[in-house]
Amino acid sequence: MKKIYARPKGLYRNINGYCPGCLHSAAGKIIMSVLEEMDLLDRTAMVDGVGCCANNDNYMDLDAIGTPHGRACATASAIKRCSPETIVITYQGDGDLASIGLAETMLAANRGDNITVFFINNANYGMTGGQMAPTTLLDMKTTTTPFGRNPKEHGYPMDMCKILSALRGPSYIARVTCIDVPNVRKARQAVKDALQHQVDGKGFSMVEFVSNCPTNWGLTPLESLRFAKERMLAEYPLGVYRNL
Amino acid sequence: MENTVLIGGIGGQGILVFGQLLCLAAMEATDKYVTYFPSYSMEKRGGTSDCYVTISDEPVGSPKAEKSDYVVVFANMALKKFQHALNPGGTLFVDTSVCTEKTDRTDVHVVEVPAGEIAREMGDARVANLCMLGAFIGYTGILPPDKVLDAAHKTIGAKRPELRALNEEAFSKGLEIGAQAKAAHAASV
Amino acid sequence: MERVFMKGCQAIAEAAIRAGCRFFAGYPITPQNEIPEYFSRRLPEVGGVFLQGESETASAAMLYGAGATGIRAMTSSSSCGISLMSEAIGWMAGACIPVVICNVSRGGPGIGSIQPSQQDYFQATKASGNGGFRMLVFAPSTVQEAVDMTYRAFDLAQKYKYPVYILTDGFTGEMMEPVVLPPMRSEEFLAAERKANEAWAVRGRGGAPKAHKIRCGTRFGVRCPLEQKNKEDWEMYERWKKDEIEYETDGTEDAELIITAYGISARIARSAVSILRKEGYKVGFIRPIKIHPFPEIAYEQLDYSRLRGILCAEMSIPPQFTYDVEAVVRKRAPIGTCLRSGGEIIERSAIIEAAKKLYGAK
Repeated sequence: MKKIYARPKGLYRNINGYCPGCLHSAAGKIIMSVLEEMDLLDRTAMVDGVGCCANNDNYMDLDAIGTPHGRACATASAIKRCSPETIVITYQGDGDLASIGLAETMLAANRGDNITVFFINNANYGMTGGQMAPTTLLDMKTTTTPFGRNPKEHGYPMDMCKILSALRGPSYIARVTCIDVPNVRKARQAVKDALQHQVDGKGFSMVEFVSNCPTNWGLTPLESLRFAKERMLAEYPLGVYRNL
Repeated sequence: MENTVLIGGIGGQGILVFGQLLCLAAMEATDKYVTYFPSYSMEKRGGTSDCYVTISDEPVGSPKAEKSDYVVVFANMALKKFQHALNPGGTLFVDTSVCTEKTDRTDVHVVEVPAGEIAREMGDARVANLCMLGAFIGYTGILPPDKVLDAAHKTIGAKRPELRALNEEAFSKGLEIGAQAKAAHAASV
Repeated sequence: MERVFMKGCQAIAEAAIRAGCRFFAGYPITPQNEIPEYFSRRLPEVGGVFLQGESETASAAMLYGAGATGIRAMTSSSSCGISLMSEAIGWMAGACIPVVICNVSRGGPGIGSIQPSQQDYFQATKASGNGGFRMLVFAPSTVQEAVDMTYRAFDLAQKYKYPVYILTDGFTGEMMEPVVLPPMRSEEFLAAERKANEAWAVRGRGGAPKAHKIRCGTRFGVRCPLEQKNKEDWEMYERWKKDEIEYETDGTEDAELIITAYGISARIARSAVSILRKEGYKVGFIRPIKIHPFPEIAYEQLDYSRLRGILCAEMSIPPQFTYDVEAVVRKRAPIGTCLRSGGEIIERSAIIEAAKKLYGAK
């Protein structure tokens, strides 16, 4: 019998604590399975942000460092420069990467620091209970936009792939999603390409995962996938934004 | 024994170099404690620039002496500001080619040096500070002139060896003026 | 021994390089810019890494990352910049990362002024971030001491696997004095240390049986419950009270008056003591070399029956260092102060005057 599927080696054998239906676990699994495939598990240091993403540390059998909220890219840049042989990845949510850590993200990208950023965009602050994030869609209700996000008051959703693509530093930027199987395959490829950019020393790479948050969106897992497909992807188009 | 010197002028006049050369020479030539403290205004160009030098047998307390034994000024602004920082009986060195005003103090010695003019005659206004440094050493005798000149060659000369002769000439001219002023002062007492 | 004439900031940076510092991240702020500028030239010569962060917040987070790879690393800033760094400083204490932080302090609160002051005493010794952690805090008063303390700070950071703090000021950073520089730590020594640090560093697990996890509430790359971590830190702080107290005294045995100060104020106070002695006053001198742990013992050993008072001199209004002195003196002697702030240096004459006043008060 040929084995065609197995749990990625780098995942601890515990059950993850993400909410049912949350695609954080899908992204995590893809990253670990690609690291395994590329034989990078032993060389990788993960820098995780604050929020739901910090849970990863409990599931991923990688050297890991937790960083102050938003500072993952700064810490990662320093690790990479001090230990160039290490594969340095960050795993950050939208509040972490695009709000409190916007400067760190932009400047690491602009310096072209040779790190790989995994960015989980679920349009809200998950762990703190579903507040507005920079990526929250217009009209979307959150606990701090109870009447919906209104551009006059709260500004517009921030498209980080487009924003970072305006810089000359990054070498690879892609937006993917795990809402269905064909997209999972594409996501896998993007993760692999991004890591290959780092292995080849090309500079800053980022993969944004358009994700979901059934709990804070107040939807069932299936409804949340539908919402992500219809509304999130309309605001955040998938594709490769930069590939040098 | 403690010698305190305050040098004041405008950014770009070589005020800080004057103070640093004194310290370097003191470090090379003596076993004394030496402290230098610069201070300058927020403007990057043309603001005030001054520095404090202390050369002492004992560990130096404040890097910024409350009153100095010697005050050297390269601008009217500095003259006005620092003349009162001079100890009674202390000596004020004035670059008369820049300072048009006179000190109000009557309890201090004044050594007038047309350092800027001498430097311009030599073809390079930038050596005015070295001319004044020469006069300062010639008058006070607190450090051996050759050590001070060595320090100048080591620091300025390292970057601009072609200025070596010019620096030396400016320093020597000042040294002579300082020595003459000292002799005149001795004769008057 | 060769003496070189160096500016405080540059001397600190060179001493750090010689101590084996191979990473620096920082952000421009007066009066410490010559530290990053010096590192940016010097670190590439020794195979080190210099990073100008996008902010103090980011620079401190970079320091955290560099320290987590097990190399000797440092940052510097000034006062309000240090406040921004307090986020990652807390994380580095929380995660037990050996790094060196230098505060070339200026006026405060807030942006204060660019002129020197000692207005950060509480911040340095008691609350450099949230969570009640403490650090070893050096307070140099000459350029030579700044050199020697920087050099030792790296060893102590490694010894305790904890951030070590140098609290200096714009006067010491800007002034120039002759210094003897310490020897360059050998590459072999540094390589061996880095190898040993691989036991906990985050650089990819290599062949290690368990992945290393660094975060607040970890020690040596292994998680522990927060309360246990807090207790272990506390035990370490208590050990410091035995092993790390550093102070100097002069003439305290027969003293009728004590003048006490730290850092830049201490050198001025010392020269005031010397003058008062020559005038016949029985004045003693106490100067904490490290301001945390505070050298309570220096004040406990005083003969209070003879004392007319203790004069605290510091460049902070309201006083801060004075509170620590008051806490140990416990009203056994009157306490006087001689204070300046706002960028004004404390005058020797003012200390002498305040000392005489306190001397005659009894």
